[in-house]
Amino acid sequence: MRPQSDFVPLSLRQGVPMGRHLLTGAVLVWFGLLILFPLFGIARETLNYSWETIRATLHSPASVHAFWMTLSLTVAAVMINTVLGTISALVLSRQRFFGKMLLESSIDLPFAISPVVAGFMLILLFGPNGWLGSILERVHVKIVYAFPGMLLATLFVTMPFVIKEILPVLREFGAEQEESAAVLGADNWQTFWRVTLPSIRWGLGYGVTLTIARSIGEFGAVLVVSGSIIQKTQTATLMVHDQFTDLNYAGAFSAALVLALVSFVILNLIQYVYRRKGEN
Amino acid sequence: MLSNRASAGLRPASAMVMRAIFLFFVGLLVVLPVVAISLEAFRSGFGSLWKQISHPQALAALWLTLRMAMIMVVINVVTGTATAWVLVRNRVPLRGLINALVDIPFAIPTVVTGMMLVVLYGPHSVLGALLGRHGVEVVFSRPGIVLALLFVTFPFVVRAVQPVMMEMEGDMEEAASTLGAGRMRTFFQVVLPTLLPAILSGAALSFSRALGEFGSIIIVAGNIPMRTQVASVYIYGEIESGNPGGAMGLSVVLLVISLLTLLVLNLLQQRSQRHAATI
Repeated sequence: MRPQSDFVPLSLRQGVPMGRHLLTGAVLVWFGLLILFPLFGIARETLNYSWETIRATLHSPASVHAFWMTLSLTVAAVMINTVLGTISALVLSRQRFFGKMLLESSIDLPFAISPVVAGFMLILLFGPNGWLGSILERVHVKIVYAFPGMLLATLFVTMPFVIKEILPVLREFGAEQEESAAVLGADNWQTFWRVTLPSIRWGLGYGVTLTIARSIGEFGAVLVVSGSIIQKTQTATLMVHDQFTDLNYAGAFSAALVLALVSFVILNLIQYVYRRKGEN
Repeated sequence: MLSNRASAGLRPASAMVMRAIFLFFVGLLVVLPVVAISLEAFRSGFGSLWKQISHPQALAALWLTLRMAMIMVVINVVTGTATAWVLVRNRVPLRGLINALVDIPFAIPTVVTGMMLVVLYGPHSVLGALLGRHGVEVVFSRPGIVLALLFVTFPFVVRAVQPVMMEMEGDMEEAASTLGAGRMRTFFQVVLPTLLPAILSGAALSFSRALGEFGSIIIVAGNIPMRTQVASVYIYGEIESGNPGGAMGLSVVLLVISLLTLLVLNLLQQRSQRHAATI
């Protein structure tokens, strides 16, 4: 047997090593075909177009506006999720009240519900004939087919990330340290900034990173509530879809490549924050 | 009373304000929309709901969604477990990079995923032409749906199984093989039962994601009624054509399946926690 530095279970050491190599090979081939191939494909496809074409389509007013929309939605979703998500997790971990269990399990719902159904529910609620929509219509507040509706859709699909990431951390380290801080005379804010936040910051960071990725990539829910109006409610992913179905491939692939590159940056961020989270 | 105040760690007033903010956030975003659709569905009546669901096109879309999701889950369970196994146990070149790239489907927009598959398997691509000559159509066809689902759900099983595998130190396997169990027997009687809750919860997550997947499928498979139209695409079509009543039927079905999947997932997680507690 070859000497090996790390422990290898006996069941793997005995018998033919052939099987192990075959398994590794099979997994690598599958991974390459399923994940890597498509990634290269989109880069190669975009390179079919001249640099000038790519630049021109990305600089068109519609494209600039679409990326701006995506950025605004992402920033707003991150800010709201950071503040309200942290408060929600604090309430769930530190308070007891009637119906808490039910509300806590309802936080899982957005991950299980189809984005299209999520958008549909928002239309039922906030559309011109909807429950709240008809009331808001009277005071001239437009939700559906406008930014607020798109933000609600983005918030719906991203809200579990922050809460789910920091809730277990808050539960684990418990209220003892916060209580000690309070006994020692710290007020609520001091306790939060100096005791609570430092312990949850990497969990929060991880939740925020996932929120960014999902906000940029969200398509179905935003499509349903926005109507994808060019230069008004069209986000980057909506533009990619519209241009692709309109056979405007240069535009679609240029924007898709930008989005793919952004996701690589986010992937690195996810890895980095995840490692830091594990260290704490 | 003292313990209550201490556990809140806050003055009652601030605790109440925070609770109100929480109730507003979760209530407005999740509870109210679900209540709205349930009441709307209830108001339209069971008869009309059933008529919507049993419409041939809706039924075909639902059936296609379930079938494609099932096929994906079976493939994903095998390949996901194998990937996790290889990443944890075997020496793989570029393991760190591959491990990081497992998450790429979470980071990349689904519309972009759909376009990548079209580039790769479309009729104008080398691979697509080759497959086409053998009568296999991927784009605007069902294999494309399965491929898109496999891509977007790839991380679920891997990431569910990986941590459990890392905790399995191998001593159980060693014991089994010392006692004379063969490799196959060790795997099926020792390794698999330990991994099963994690595999199943990965499968449940993949399945529920697949039922709702929209962006990648609408690009790869298009919207051909009775052939490539899945449930979410059908619902979208009904909303777009100004027929919210038609969207209601399948929405309710998807919602109920989501709730059931969530329930199963919670039970699985409780079981695996109890299992971990007994070890």
